Amino acid sequence: MTAPALGAILSHWRRAPGQLAALVLGLALATALWSAVQAINSEARANYARAAGMLGGSQLASLTAPTGPISTETFVRLRRAGWLVSPVLEGDLRVDGRRITVTGVDFLTLPSGGAGLQTGSGEGDPAPLLRGAVALAAPGTAEAVRGAGITGLPRLVPSQTVAPGTLLMDIGAAHELLGRPGEITRLTVLADQPVRRAPLEELAPNLRRVAPGAGMDPVQLTRSFHLNLAAFGLLSFAVGLFIVYGTIGLAFEQRRPLFRTLRALGLPLRSLLTLVLAELLALALLAGGIGLVLGYLVAAALLPDVAATLRGLYGAEVSGQLTFRPGWAAAGMGMAVGGTLVAAAQALWRTARLPVLAAAHPRAWALGTVRRLWSQGAAGGALLATAAALSVAGSGLITGFVLLGALLLGAALLLPPVLSLLVAVGRRAARGPVGQWFWADAQQQIPGLSMALMALLLALAANVGVGTMVASFRVTFLGWLDQRLAAELYVTVQDAAQADRLRRFLDGRARAVLPIWEVEGRIAGRPVAVNGMADDRTFRENWPLLDAAPGAWDRLADGTGILINEQLHYRSGLGVGDRVAPFDGWRPEIVGIYSDYGNPRGEAIAGNAKLTALFPAVEKTRFALRVPQRDTDGLRRALTEATGVPAAAVTDRAAVKAASVRVFDRTFAVTGALNILTLGVAALAILIAHATLAALRLPQLAPVWALGLTRRRLARLEVARTVALAAFTAVLALPVGLLLAWALLAVVNVQAFGWRLPMQVFPLDWLRLLGLAFMAAALAAAGPARRLARMTPARFLEVFANER
Amino acid sequence: MNAERWILRAVRRALTVCALVAGLAAGAAAQGFAGLGTEAEGFALPDPDRTLEFPRDHGAHPAFRIEWWYLTANLEGADGRQYGVQWTLFRSALAPGAKEGWTSPQVWIGHVGLTTPDAHFHGERMARGGIGQAGVALDPFRAWIDEWEMTAEGQGAPPEADALDRLRLSATTPRIGYDLTLRAEGPLVFHGRDGYSVKSEDGQASHYYSQPFYRAEGTLALPGGDVGVTGRAWLDREWSSQPLSESQSGWDWISLHLEDGAKLMAFRLRDRDGPPFLSGTWIAPDGTATPMHGPDIAMTPRGTARVAGRTVPVAWRVEAPARDLDVTLRARNPDAWMDLNFAYWEGPVAVSGTHTGAGYLEMTGY
Amino acid sequence: MFLDVSDLCKSFPTATGRLDVLRGVSFGLQRGEALALTGESGSGKSTLMHLVGALDTPDSGHIRLDGQPVPGRDDRAAAALRRDRIGLVFQQFNLIPSLDAGANLAFQARLAGRHQAGRCAELAQALGLSDCLERYPEQLSGGQQQRVAIGRALAAGPDLLLADEPTGNLDEDSSETVLDLMLALARDTGAAVMMVTHSGRLAARLDRRLHLSHGKLA
Repeated sequence: MTAPALGAILSHWRRAPGQLAALVLGLALATALWSAVQAINSEARANYARAAGMLGGSQLASLTAPTGPISTETFVRLRRAGWLVSPVLEGDLRVDGRRITVTGVDFLTLPSGGAGLQTGSGEGDPAPLLRGAVALAAPGTAEAVRGAGITGLPRLVPSQTVAPGTLLMDIGAAHELLGRPGEITRLTVLADQPVRRAPLEELAPNLRRVAPGAGMDPVQLTRSFHLNLAAFGLLSFAVGLFIVYGTIGLAFEQRRPLFRTLRALGLPLRSLLTLVLAELLALALLAGGIGLVLGYLVAAALLPDVAATLRGLYGAEVSGQLTFRPGWAAAGMGMAVGGTLVAAAQALWRTARLPVLAAAHPRAWALGTVRRLWSQGAAGGALLATAAALSVAGSGLITGFVLLGALLLGAALLLPPVLSLLVAVGRRAARGPVGQWFWADAQQQIPGLSMALMALLLALAANVGVGTMVASFRVTFLGWLDQRLAAELYVTVQDAAQADRLRRFLDGRARAVLPIWEVEGRIAGRPVAVNGMADDRTFRENWPLLDAAPGAWDRLADGTGILINEQLHYRSGLGVGDRVAPFDGWRPEIVGIYSDYGNPRGEAIAGNAKLTALFPAVEKTRFALRVPQRDTDGLRRALTEATGVPAAAVTDRAAVKAASVRVFDRTFAVTGALNILTLGVAALAILIAHATLAALRLPQLAPVWALGLTRRRLARLEVARTVALAAFTAVLALPVGLLLAWALLAVVNVQAFGWRLPMQVFPLDWLRLLGLAFMAAALAAAGPARRLARMTPARFLEVFANER
Repeated sequence: MNAERWILRAVRRALTVCALVAGLAAGAAAQGFAGLGTEAEGFALPDPDRTLEFPRDHGAHPAFRIEWWYLTANLEGADGRQYGVQWTLFRSALAPGAKEGWTSPQVWIGHVGLTTPDAHFHGERMARGGIGQAGVALDPFRAWIDEWEMTAEGQGAPPEADALDRLRLSATTPRIGYDLTLRAEGPLVFHGRDGYSVKSEDGQASHYYSQPFYRAEGTLALPGGDVGVTGRAWLDREWSSQPLSESQSGWDWISLHLEDGAKLMAFRLRDRDGPPFLSGTWIAPDGTATPMHGPDIAMTPRGTARVAGRTVPVAWRVEAPARDLDVTLRARNPDAWMDLNFAYWEGPVAVSGTHTGAGYLEMTGY
Repeated sequence: MFLDVSDLCKSFPTATGRLDVLRGVSFGLQRGEALALTGESGSGKSTLMHLVGALDTPDSGHIRLDGQPVPGRDDRAAAALRRDRIGLVFQQFNLIPSLDAGANLAFQARLAGRHQAGRCAELAQALGLSDCLERYPEQLSGGQQQRVAIGRALAAGPDLLLADEPTGNLDEDSSETVLDLMLALARDTGAAVMMVTHSGRLAARLDRRLHLSHGKLA
């Protein structure tokens, strides 16, 4: 009995392969985008765990000294007083211009088990590691560092569990390698402490306790970024799920007579439900599997950009290499199956309650009742009210995202009733029977298309919102860039000799020749680029400072002061008046904070003279030239001829600006990519909705055709109707998107990046997006409409056939 | 008490755990690190002709590979409850010689045990030498790792007194702590031949002496509150560089305080290929030591208990025919399992039979 | 002759080859005349009606309506013919679900540009629909729906009313009423009627009866 019943149930898909394809594709896409984001996030988290987990960095509190390194004496004093702390020394090596972090630890006091890593069964002799003869590094890092010929380097043993870009070794070896004997960067505080201890304030009043996961922990820093990605992934999944919901609903509706017949023929309800459920699960697994493969590909394509963003924004090292992890694969599969069941819940419920003998009233599934529209609208309104309340009362990143969720879902739920109202207005305004029918029919189409249109609304709103955020950021950034790029020409020379020739040539021709260079230092435990700045009025006049101590520029010039950017200020909590130690042997005071939009990293500016004194060997090869504005092109030509500097090495302000903008854009490339993907899925949802509704549409269109409308005209009206609905949706998506942008800029962005940016609106972008939405809708409707236009009269006549 | 191989394995195991925690994969290990054993070249060997001198030999001997300051105490509360306390500082050298700073090859390990009739607590610390976190200093004598200390209290002591005659002992763990004062009522005792103690038929040996005559008094900080205690304590000092024989699988060691003031130390090294190697020292109440070998002494398991998934003999019959001694030892608490990087059993025992008294039992390799 | 059908042939492809549904059918119909078309299931009644109604095209033969050929028109011309001159009534009613009864009734007349509110009201009154003009098709009974369909077909004042089993989905009492109404209204407007039915009893109420058997007139 089961086999023929299953055969009958599955035969539906043979007759409707398009529906099957839509279902599988929708689910696969939903799973793909979701699991791509998950794969990226889990890859990044695994990298952080490698960096922090083995030192207990993420789970354990630590002690740091704001005034500089911690001494061995302090460490011993704490241990002798019963404080179980373990020392960590962190420093940098530069290998071929790349920064390699050296992490020195004391294996004897390391919180064993706190790492949460498996001890494994290897019986290696650890003595060389403990004695500093051996250091551990990720395989790629080990090769890179080995080739660099650094003296005093321990033998490197590749280890998968060490974070990329890091050498892990005994602290004694690290002291010698970094030339910082006895220094400790921080002390990890073990979870289990002895019963009696003297208070920390008495033992080491200069140490500051840093809560677990705070401070230098990339997990904390990047949380908002990953939450952002996860929200996007969830949004994509939701959009994809609309497709699944639509197709499953239709497939069930079309098979209602079949189900009824099967039950009439003696198939128990339980068996029927089991079979249908098994069918759904099989489909979910198939689609989920395809989705995982797609997701992996998408993630692999996006990961390098994400890694660049993370490195740039937070200094978090993430390798661009994606590894397959059972975690996100299982999660993706779970979402596929769970999503399918959620999408099918209503259909299953109806099937379970299907009477064996029902009045032969074939009512199209798509024809929802008006009442349902209004109850849906009420729920949407309630969600919007919640969002409004949260925007007033809430705070924090999570609240921000709840706000976004409530806003988007509420708007989506509210869409069908609002569309219904708009269409009713159109109907009232319509003159002539065709116009009236057009709108009346649009009204009837809304329930059937609502899922696809809601998906479109979400995608468009996300597009407008995120687009507005990024574009607002961009405009602010460009304005600031214009202000800061004060020099007319920028030159890169190859060596000191060329630099000399350049100086001689420019003598008398340029008002100032200002070197541009940077050295990597460390402030508040994070790597920071320290730029050398010449004492020149170009900077004094143009460099925007957000906060400054009196005489900041003078103190910068004499080497007692340093400037830090807003990002570093926000992240480290350091402000004007604090002392920092970016390099060994120099402890300047912060005398100013400058805005540094678009530069995602923490940076600092030191006086040129001081930096040159500290790093005399670093060659200065880039220069900013202040020359008369009128003849930069002529000067440029003369310069290349006279000094042998290749023309390509001389750039003007515009080129530098373009390069900066490129860097900026790359930072947001991932956001853009996800935006486009989400919009694509929404367009697909419309296409699928149309394709699946086409069969239902025929009985509705045939009488109109019979009464004297041509097929071509019907087809045109079909496209026009879809475009009209999409247009309404797009127009409604605008305010939702702007609200989203506001929430992103005022709530999420402040948490994630530390800047609150002025929101700016970009009507041209909206037009472009509206155009895109029209096009997507028209394209999606065009296929079914073309088929309609070419349909043989015989197909229409089937509708009138008596023997049905 | 002989423990070179055991302690080497303990250190090695502890370090391996650390190293693995730090991410040293098996593959990396397989790349052929020089073994701890081969690196041991250059260590000094015990010398039968060496005369021990004090306070010099109370201090560390960094030329030797392994060394310890090992104190056990049988204590009693005012209510008659019996307690046992262990305090041990091991020194294990990765290479011979002392060196200041973080690159010192000396590794220090502390073990702490506290046994009550119904509970057993333990703790472990590790530290490197050279930075002051752990070590042994002389004049005044001081042995320490972190806040765990064994320090000489010199005030009021006669000038001829030994540096270890008056000690203060303390340790804490996340659950318990203790603070004891120790007063020696007898002289130092040398095992084997003037402190040269042979450990196997092959001739492996160590330098080994004890101070078994301590009166102890102090406070135990237990989870239920502080308890005042008094009792007896025994300090062992031993250093060597040689491991046990390959076939020796573990040992059973006892130190007994008998009611008449005499003391007995005995150890039994179990051999997979033959009969165990037995050795001991009879210590008269005045401190006169008589070495005992083979037939002079017998140790026989009399009852076992399941501890930490193993079967451990927690009751023993001990016979010394020449001393008319035939006693039974029973663990005060059979659960005295030291579940550390290298696990072993160590706890107080009650003595009954021809003699009564209290003592400590240590068993490894079960 | 107002409607002139001659030698009409039509076949459909099937799995076992072509099925000849109509094999040389010829007949004529006068203005104001009511013709019943009877026959077995599959005898070609509906096909013949679809061809006459410019809903489908014959393989060969002629159909002339008022002297103008019906077949051979392009989509636009066929649609115009249906819109302007023909009224259609189907067994399944085939109302436009998105429009209410009133709008359905007036739909074709408005499409043809011959809408007169008074005429529609008269029709609604005559059809007994005055009270339910604001209801949607799904809210109407079968008899009501078919009366709307008849009204829709006649509101534009067609020359030819084509009805395919107009009472096939109705019970016996409603059938009589609906048929009487349809014929009476058609007579009033002077439209010729061609009605497909398998019921001899109903066919007897019309002026003339043709019987189709295996694609030929008996």
